[in-house]
Amino acid sequence: MQEIKKDYKPLIVAFCCNWCSYAGADLAGSSRLSYPAEVKIIRVPCSCRVNPTFILKAFQRGADGVIICGCHPGDCHYTSGNYFARRRMSLLFSMLDYLGIERERTRVEWVSAAEGAKFSAVMNDFAKTVTELGENKRLEDLRCKN
Amino acid sequence: MQKLNELALEKAKTLLANGTVARVLGWKKGELGYDLEPAVFYSESDLEGFIYNAFSGANLSKYLIEESKKEGKVLVFLKPCDSYSFNQLVKEHRIVKENVYTVGIECQGKLDVKKLKEKGIEIVDGVIENVDDVTVISLGKEYNFVKEEVLLGKCSVCEKHLLSYDEVISLHDKRTPKLDRFEIVKKLEAMTADERYAFWKGELSKCIRCNACRNVCPACNCLKCVFDNDASGIASKANSDSFEEKLFHIIRAFHVAGRCTDCGECSRVCPQAIPLHLLNRKFISDINRLYGEFQAGEDDVTKGPLTAYTTGDAEPSEVFGGNK
Amino acid sequence: MKKISCENLSKLYSEIASLQELYLPVKESGVTNYKKYENGAEVDIKTLKTVKSAKDFFFPQTEDMMEFKVNGKNIEINDARKVANPFVIFGVRACDLKSFDILDKVFLQEPVDTMYKAKREASTIITLACNNPEQTCFCKTFGIDASNPAGDISAIIVNGEMLFEAKTEKGAELLNKLTCLEDAGDTDADAERAEIVKKSENLPFANLNLDEFKGENLMKLFDRPEWAELSKACLGCGTCTFVCPTCQCFDIRDFITNEGVRRFRCWDSCMYSEFTKMAAENPRKTQLQRYRQRFMHKLVYFPQNNDGVYGCVGCGRCVQKCPQNLNIIKVIKKLGGKNND
Repeated sequence: MQEIKKDYKPLIVAFCCNWCSYAGADLAGSSRLSYPAEVKIIRVPCSCRVNPTFILKAFQRGADGVIICGCHPGDCHYTSGNYFARRRMSLLFSMLDYLGIERERTRVEWVSAAEGAKFSAVMNDFAKTVTELGENKRLEDLRCKN
Repeated sequence: MQKLNELALEKAKTLLANGTVARVLGWKKGELGYDLEPAVFYSESDLEGFIYNAFSGANLSKYLIEESKKEGKVLVFLKPCDSYSFNQLVKEHRIVKENVYTVGIECQGKLDVKKLKEKGIEIVDGVIENVDDVTVISLGKEYNFVKEEVLLGKCSVCEKHLLSYDEVISLHDKRTPKLDRFEIVKKLEAMTADERYAFWKGELSKCIRCNACRNVCPACNCLKCVFDNDASGIASKANSDSFEEKLFHIIRAFHVAGRCTDCGECSRVCPQAIPLHLLNRKFISDINRLYGEFQAGEDDVTKGPLTAYTTGDAEPSEVFGGNK
Repeated sequence: MKKISCENLSKLYSEIASLQELYLPVKESGVTNYKKYENGAEVDIKTLKTVKSAKDFFFPQTEDMMEFKVNGKNIEINDARKVANPFVIFGVRACDLKSFDILDKVFLQEPVDTMYKAKREASTIITLACNNPEQTCFCKTFGIDASNPAGDISAIIVNGEMLFEAKTEKGAELLNKLTCLEDAGDTDADAERAEIVKKSENLPFANLNLDEFKGENLMKLFDRPEWAELSKACLGCGTCTFVCPTCQCFDIRDFITNEGVRRFRCWDSCMYSEFTKMAAENPRKTQLQRYRQRFMHKLVYFPQNNDGVYGCVGCGRCVQKCPQNLNIIKVIKKLGGKNND
């Protein structure tokens, strides 16, 4: 494991679905629940809008962790989008693991519009995990590093 | 085995002569005995160049995307592995099935020229093929090999059977493979993440982005590839950074996941001998483990695993098969 | 002439590497390519043809040119070209050496390509004769002698010893510094060279007929109907162009970094559908046209513009590597003229 700088703050990209998780993030905000400023939220219409390329590109551009948040299974605004996302992300994460990339760098969480507290807890926990892992070295693009 | 060539040639001549088909998609003789190329034959005199032998490894099904849209029927010879690709392409509405006359042809595994070269064979004057061994004649000498030593990687583990055909040319039962196709995937999964990372870094860093794997792949049939499309934001012609090697191969493997029939063409054609099929086989093994056994191309109607779901699917956090 | 026993070659490599950076064919992950020499590297001088040719040293697959950085309202432009330090390439075969001459005609003509020139001047080339030319070799068709390549230093293996002969001042300078070499005395390579010449002569494609490939036949060749059949199986991948020692087309592209833009050039392939893409139109729409372009360039256009020098050195890499076994030999046999069978 690489040495972690003392004041190291990871960069985290969170893809949040418009209908549940993004609203969950809103609720976390209006309920004054905190989550790390390093988490950058990208709103997507549905978790299944997240193409594997988006995740890899986030890593290329300097992300140290990527999390995808969507409606709970069964609650998708488009009926079944998150079920497809679940299969895709399962296979993609397993592939990244197969290539030797740390499996803790990617995560999927289901967060509803009513779960502001869960959103905050998830982000805090993910940020902590990624901080412990340190900088993303295995999926980095050196041209984006200086 | 030599009889197969005669039977195939006879079949092609007959069907051309009686007007059932307008042209024949097959393999053409080369200059060195092993360098067969896929070719279209229009007449009996064209067919003088036709050959089906131990070097007919190339999968012809992708050429049907174009050929099946032309006027008149095309006769195609499909080996077992090719017949899966054919089905898959029909399923994806890329081949006009009505315009294709398919003849399934027996295959006992095709030879790998690279492996022969390592054994000192640079030119082939003739091949005597048996089910489990093969004799190669080169510059007046005879060399005998157990099949496993010289087969293409894809052939040494092949369990496929002829699926889709109007007629079939077959004289022997298909040989059963002596190796397990997931063996190396399992080995890699059992490694630590650091070891796996080192393995793939060594392999993928060889990539010269010639796109041979993509262009030969029957599942890679997009009209415009995202890596060629300047508007996609990930178009690239070369790997300027090691990230781009991974990006290209992960995305390519992912895009064919659930559609890849494991025909092994990607690894056959890679000039740098990158075992690209190991990426596809990882997806296949994960799909089998998580969503039930699935073989792409087994028929031309069933939905693929990535266009289907069940409400009880595993969560992404619990899918990791291998070692951490 | 100097010599060293082949068993002691690693001593030679270490000594050269202590003076300058040394690149030589190394086997890694199952394939042999030119790599920087490091202790313990699996040097492979048996394989005649590295997968990628030696052109990479002067014309690498990707190369940074400049960098634009945005600083408030200012754009800063930085030179991103790397300084070329002196380096030695060991084990260059006659065909690859000849390819440097062909590349020189392209890159060293006015306006001179400075990135290419700098690396060309920084190099010292040690060539190696091919004791056992392969069946796919046809350098002889292009008048290349596999037994006696020049370079700065020429090397040949004779009876388990490697003999060296300086061919330029730069080569002599390096050779004199090497203490692990002993004087060759009266050992000479003439018999071995004669043997190689004989072997090359007997290869199946040693004497292909190129008579038809001349400027006055340009239109006739261009319109030959056989191109359809020859190009039928072409996948449009770039394997042939990327393993080719003489292909020299490149693209200039921008990569948007987090702070600005990095402009680099990278190899391009005339086999790619996007190769001729322009604002209004793509003039080569079919694979037949692209395929024809590649071979017409090597066999007709290039010699027409360069005093009859063909753009092919007969290394045979494309013959080995084309996924569907299309290659220049098939083209020459079909269109080159009489007695090619």
